[in-house]
Amino acid sequence: MEKEEFGTDAMPQTGLEDPSRRSFIKQSSLLTAVALAPATAIKAAEGHLDEQIAGALEKLPLRMEVNGEMHNLSVEPRATLLDILREEMDLTGTKKGCDHGQCGACTVHVDGQRVNSCLTLGIMVNGKKVTTIEGLAKGDELHPMQAAFLKHDAFQCGYCTPGQIMSAVACINEGRANSEGEIREFMSGNICRCGAYPNIVNAITDVKNGGMEA
Amino acid sequence: MKQFQYVKASSNAGVISAISKPGTKIIAGGTNLVDLMKRGVTAPDKLVDITHLPLKDISEPMGNVMTMSIGALALNSVVAEHPRVKEMFPLLSMALHAGASPQLRNMATVGGNMMQRTRCTYFYDTAMPCNKREPGTGCGALGGINRMHAIFGTSEKCIAVHPSDMCVALAALDAKVEVSGPKGVRYIAFTDFHRLPGLTPQLDNTLASNELITRVIIPTNNFAKHSYYLKVRDRQSYAFALVSVAAALDIEGGIIKGVRLAMGGVAHKPWRLFDAEKALMGKKPTEENFAHAAQLAMQGAKAYKYNAFKLKLAPATIAEALKHASGLV
Repeated sequence: MEKEEFGTDAMPQTGLEDPSRRSFIKQSSLLTAVALAPATAIKAAEGHLDEQIAGALEKLPLRMEVNGEMHNLSVEPRATLLDILREEMDLTGTKKGCDHGQCGACTVHVDGQRVNSCLTLGIMVNGKKVTTIEGLAKGDELHPMQAAFLKHDAFQCGYCTPGQIMSAVACINEGRANSEGEIREFMSGNICRCGAYPNIVNAITDVKNGGMEA
Repeated sequence: MKQFQYVKASSNAGVISAISKPGTKIIAGGTNLVDLMKRGVTAPDKLVDITHLPLKDISEPMGNVMTMSIGALALNSVVAEHPRVKEMFPLLSMALHAGASPQLRNMATVGGNMMQRTRCTYFYDTAMPCNKREPGTGCGALGGINRMHAIFGTSEKCIAVHPSDMCVALAALDAKVEVSGPKGVRYIAFTDFHRLPGLTPQLDNTLASNELITRVIIPTNNFAKHSYYLKVRDRQSYAFALVSVAAALDIEGGIIKGVRLAMGGVAHKPWRLFDAEKALMGKKPTEENFAHAAQLAMQGAKAYKYNAFKLKLAPATIAEALKHASGLV
């Protein structure tokens, strides 16, 4: 059958491992590598280690303090702080929601200020202090905001909770938790799909009234 | 996100020389650029990180200097909370607070806010035609769902709106933009910084590709007592404007001695309402006069299939903003 012949000729069993495609990738990788020059990359290309080229080409040193501990990493410039925390450092408390700065699930503190880690290039945090949800508790003792979220049942599925808590702590530090309206306005960068907002507002009000050590 | 080279800039001259090469972009807060790169709307070969340049200062008028200068790298949150900004230009503080979320305001810079690109969904969707993203491909919004789109100054090539709140306030405040290029420093009136789409909607502004925004300069004025930024949107917070109005009045002895009005969400640039301003000069701040000025402001407005509601919403928002500014509300 015509169709089968077409299939046999054009799509050999080897599929992605088609030797001509492999050699094309190697050759083009080598050319790119030569153009961009780092010796390690050329060595990787010569050794036919396609997968390692991208890494060898563009990784940059990143030194940052995360939750009180200094880390020396090597990252691609395109790696976001969110991905570095989750994928490189196993700090999976910070959540990837929309990945476009719209939901706030990835909120962390950089030098004490809350930011969306999904829109922050890791390399731009070089030399800074990062606090994630994992850095709030003192050992087994929960941060007052964590305790208040538990007390007020301020989460349902819990996915947005780490970002909500990081924002909630910042909200009080910024002096913006003086009324329910102000809390709602200054928590607007954090979206909860379950609609736990009333309980979140109660938790923040509780901590604000009880005093919070930043 | 496509791989790119990353360099840190240590001087204005270094940045200017680097961005002269095609495929190179400046990154500061990155709140819009990183998003556009993730979506494949833009894919620079090289990013120049300018966050280490000394362009964060906010300096107050002193002696006979009648302006306030805000560095291009000052954060939106810092400017919005700056005591002297709040005191002298409450309109700017209100507009900044109306924009984005607290997290994003902690990242976004003044210069970056000016350079942010439209939020037109057809611009963001790389499967759709867009003359702004890819000149010559057409406009998805013209015959599409265009309820967020422009009613003033559109062209057959593009009906996108500029998304910034801060820029609406700065247009109303007669701000100037200081930019540095290979030939030195020049100043651009804020109302001339952004441009209408015309036949080249890919160009958002009049900044040359090898120029760096260094600061924004605002002349002192008498509008602090009677200023209001009113933003109407689909939800109460953290959404782009359907229509927004920056209103500033100088009222003396019950007479309007000075007035500045600008609208957001209605054009490819912050839309100054010069005719309405003229009509209000020397008048009393009354509801009738505000409504009349609002109607004058709508001359030349043209709606599309889904944004006809803006023809009613815009004048109502202008009148309401003026009422708030003057203290009638």
